[in-house]
Amino acid sequence: MSAPDRQLQRGQTAPVLERSHDRPAGLDNPRAPRRRSGMPNFEKYAWLFMRFSGIVLVFLVLGHLFIGLMWENGVYRIDFNYVAQRWSSPFWQTWDLLMLWLAQLHGGNGMRTIIADYTRKDSTRFWLNALLALSMVFTLVLGSYVLLTFDANIS
Amino acid sequence: MSTATSANPAVPAPQDKRRRTLYRGDPGMWSWVLHRITGATIFFFLFVHVLDTALVRVSPQAYNEIIETYKTPIVGLMEVGLVAAVLYHALNGIRVILIDFWAEGPRYQRQMLWVIGAVWLLLMVPALVVLGIHMAERFL
Repeated sequence: MSAPDRQLQRGQTAPVLERSHDRPAGLDNPRAPRRRSGMPNFEKYAWLFMRFSGIVLVFLVLGHLFIGLMWENGVYRIDFNYVAQRWSSPFWQTWDLLMLWLAQLHGGNGMRTIIADYTRKDSTRFWLNALLALSMVFTLVLGSYVLLTFDANIS
Repeated sequence: MSTATSANPAVPAPQDKRRRTLYRGDPGMWSWVLHRITGATIFFFLFVHVLDTALVRVSPQAYNEIIETYKTPIVGLMEVGLVAAVLYHALNGIRVILIDFWAEGPRYQRQMLWVIGAVWLLLMVPALVVLGIHMAERFL
């Protein structure tokens, strides 16, 4: 938390923190042109994606939770045969694949926002974002692979 | 223009030197904090959930073995927590969308928070009853 505001006397310098990540270079040169890179308006599209995917996910996830935890015996009826029965239907396959992608991208973008908010060093942010991207690719590839190549007669 | 406001004796000095904001401490701030915590929790759950479901590609035995460890009272309580977190995140997400896209949204953000709180309670009670019945049938 920040200390209460202090009035500076004329000629007195404001106390500045020492480390580069406490005082980014941009503070001393606020009118420097920003380095433009990547997709233009990416943040706007990410912001819009959070809203639209959120609306769809409300139905997909709450429906998924209801079927998985409440319906019939809830989680206590779930086993391999249950999954095989569900995924024999293209409707549930589509439901689960769409939910996997939307939830992972929605959650991943949310985690990116959290990382951007709380990291101070550029290197910390880079490595946390790299770890996040890796886990997202891993989850999406693994989940899609399992869903699309599911074999009810395995071993 | 030539007279500094602070030098004017007619204007009393503010009693409280702390900066006041419209946002800090407002219920809107706590709804944001909760949205963030529930969101991050659900993200980590999703990772585990995809991993355990991926076992259906290994063998029915491997999947059943892991799912069996989920059918315990402690995991049952964690499922209650998951439902609570997802339900809050979903309802507050709808509130955020209304604040952003509905012209009157920002004016009613606080009332909408009480509404989603009431809806959350209204849905949590039957969910708790149903989950409780499932757990009671299994463990009692």
